[in-house]
Amino acid sequence: MKFALFLGCNIPARLKQYESSTRAVLGNLGVELVDIKEFNCCGYPMRNIDFKTSILAAARNLALAEKQGLNMIVLCMCGYGMLKKADHAMKEEPSLREVINTTLKKEGLQFRGDLEIRHLLSVLYNEVSVEAIRQRVTRPFKDLKIATHYGCHALRPSEIVQFDDPVNPTLFDKLVEATGAQSIYWQSRLDCCGAPLFGINDNLSMDLAEKKLLDAKRSGAHYLCDACTYCHLQFDTVQEMISTKRGENHLLPAILYPQLLGLSMGIDERILGLEMNHIDISGIKGFLSE
Amino acid sequence: MFFSIALYIALAIFVGGLIYKIGTWFSLKIATQAQTISPSQRLLAAVKGIVLTILSAKILTLIKVFFLDIILQRKVFQESRFRWLIHILIYGGFMFLVLMHALDPIITVGIFPDYAPTLNPFLFLRDLFGVLVIVGVILAVYRRYILKAPRLTTTTMDTYALIILAVIIVSGIILEGTKITSYTRYQEMVNDYAGLEEGEDDYQALTAFWVKEFSMISPDITAPFDSSLIEEGREIHEMSCAGCHSKPQWGFGGFLVAKATKGISLPIDRAHIPSVLWYIHFLACFIGLAYLPFSKFLHIITSPLSLLANSVMSKRTSYPVNIATRQALEFDACMHCGQCTGRCSVGIMSEALQNVNILPSEKIPSLKKVSSGKEMAEGEFRTILEGAYVCTNCHRCTDVCPAGINLEDLWFNMREEMFQRNYPLFFALSPLSFYRGLMRETMPDSDYERPLDQAREAIIASYDLMKSQDRAITLNPADQDLRSGLLLSDQANTFQMCFGCQTCTNVCPVVANYENPKEVLGMLPHEIMYAAGLGIKDLAFGSRMLWDCTTCYQCQEQCPQGVRVTEVLYELKNLAIANATTAKG
Repeated sequence: MKFALFLGCNIPARLKQYESSTRAVLGNLGVELVDIKEFNCCGYPMRNIDFKTSILAAARNLALAEKQGLNMIVLCMCGYGMLKKADHAMKEEPSLREVINTTLKKEGLQFRGDLEIRHLLSVLYNEVSVEAIRQRVTRPFKDLKIATHYGCHALRPSEIVQFDDPVNPTLFDKLVEATGAQSIYWQSRLDCCGAPLFGINDNLSMDLAEKKLLDAKRSGAHYLCDACTYCHLQFDTVQEMISTKRGENHLLPAILYPQLLGLSMGIDERILGLEMNHIDISGIKGFLSE
Repeated sequence: MFFSIALYIALAIFVGGLIYKIGTWFSLKIATQAQTISPSQRLLAAVKGIVLTILSAKILTLIKVFFLDIILQRKVFQESRFRWLIHILIYGGFMFLVLMHALDPIITVGIFPDYAPTLNPFLFLRDLFGVLVIVGVILAVYRRYILKAPRLTTTTMDTYALIILAVIIVSGIILEGTKITSYTRYQEMVNDYAGLEEGEDDYQALTAFWVKEFSMISPDITAPFDSSLIEEGREIHEMSCAGCHSKPQWGFGGFLVAKATKGISLPIDRAHIPSVLWYIHFLACFIGLAYLPFSKFLHIITSPLSLLANSVMSKRTSYPVNIATRQALEFDACMHCGQCTGRCSVGIMSEALQNVNILPSEKIPSLKKVSSGKEMAEGEFRTILEGAYVCTNCHRCTDVCPAGINLEDLWFNMREEMFQRNYPLFFALSPLSFYRGLMRETMPDSDYERPLDQAREAIIASYDLMKSQDRAITLNPADQDLRSGLLLSDQANTFQMCFGCQTCTNVCPVVANYENPKEVLGMLPHEIMYAAGLGIKDLAFGSRMLWDCTTCYQCQEQCPQGVRVTEVLYELKNLAIANATTAKG
């Protein structure tokens, strides 16, 4: 199993622990990652402004991976959704494809459309399998209740992203449970974290995040688990701002899935970058079995 | 006479230019914090900061940066071995020539009292380093004009730099070549150092020796020579010349020129070409010196300063005024190498948006112009502001900048500085603003919210119907263009299938967030679909709902009619921004 690792812009700049924990966990499971230095923005931040510009950026990434004959693994759900959208649009609309390819050709690139775009979670679930993961878990969690946050852009629009059942997804829950933790049911589990509005309408964005945090906490979760750059920045960095700005302290710390899985595999917490999260999650180690 | 006057003029312009440039570092307005502080206070703060840093343990960091990043060019090496080779050839060769050759009466003679420019090892080294620079320049021309990396632009400033370097070195080498063969030069030297006159026997012997061994071309003495004459010449040479002259072959660049021009060297000499070349060589050097503060060569001074300053300063601990000063210096530290643009995450978008200001290397001069406070047409300002805002703050430009410029901070501060001018930036209504949100604690809430409010209001204000919601809507004439025009992205025209069931509105988490959503959002998702279907532009574009959509796709996923609600909203946002931008001119 070999994939081109697509990190996007935020991970190397302000979420390095997502990269290091992913590398550690995938390394442990025998998934090989290839870095493509030339990758650029996935295009997602430009979608509000100009569709074609966002498709061009996305398509360049796809063309770069294709050039090396690799499929892509994406860690961020917004990035995943954007790349899937571009892949779909370029296949469905020949005129768009021609315009984009004309620009790409200037640097010797071309979108052919013969690569697969996968999110980290779908690689773990579909390629690696829950069974294989379970075999690698050496210190399963005990009595740990996790609010599993799916993230919108991997689930929807389902006809394009084809991640899991959009109404009743189970993939992420099963992956969480492979670590020994219990993935609880909570009503707003498929709702938006609010990150797409952060920076545009912070109050609304924080409202959405706060609602989810409250619901998850009321439903008995000890931690919230996510697997998306924006969701995590929202539930970690922005949650911290919610606490200071609004004086509300819900404190349901968020942990990235590869951090959660890595702990249960016995991987060094420094590699998993636990201390790099804004909100302290060191307490989760107390749930690990001996 | 010419030499001294030209040198002093060049030096005066150089020093004046440098003082002017340094002055701008303390007066350019970059971060809003620095605006109320006078240039002299900024200068004092900088001096204090520098002294305190040098006296602290940070001196070790400075020393490390000096050797690794300034002398050895670590950052260039890490990014591209090819560029590193080019730069080391040019800068290494040129620095050596400046120290050993240009400043020889001061430096070289000081260290080696027996120094003569025509004596080894100096003779050989001068040519060696000259040739290294030439090779570097040729590779640089190859990189910029033939290889042409995507989005690497070459300005007249870049071309000028390469031309001046080439002229200085090439004229120097040809000058050396014509001097080797020059009989006039030989005569002068023999008069001065051997005290011999034309016609004397010794003169004949020495000339024969120099023609044979030192490639000089005499108008009347040519090979073959009598061996005793040569021996006689050698003796005089050993006595009068050898102390200052190694064999010309060691000056291999000039020697090749001498060999190549052998047939025409007498006319060259008679036409005083060596003197002409001498003027060209020195004029080129003096022009280079005088123009240095205004050209990209200023980076010889500013890039090291930027590297040193950035290695010991940080947003959290440094005095904000000093950061503003450093950022003004950074504008001059950029040498337009294009390394940042090569790694820019959004560089590709400049091709679609036709805005070069997206590219970091092109943004620098534009932002410098903005911060200088010069008058600027609204359209130009908008292009710069938009270009500066199309940035995901991925930090890659900053990581690779060989001048150590903290570009990300510079972009951030300049964007905020530009927001102070109250020009509505529609691009702010996108996730490009996410990073700004994370940084909001660094600025007052009012400064933070204003650009967002302005952008939203500027868009909504152009749609009259939203202002008077009680007014009866005339359906005729409806905007047919809108009904058929949502074709930018796939599937957006599906709004025509909406039958008004309101499922989209009912599942929308944004709508659900408010007691009275219509009051806040203006229009609800199903109403927007309907307005688009009816072709009522004002209602489709003028609601706040567009900018409060969190793009979670719940509406689209659950629509029983297959309307791609989120895609329609995306498309309406694209069009609203495009329309508002056109209206702004």
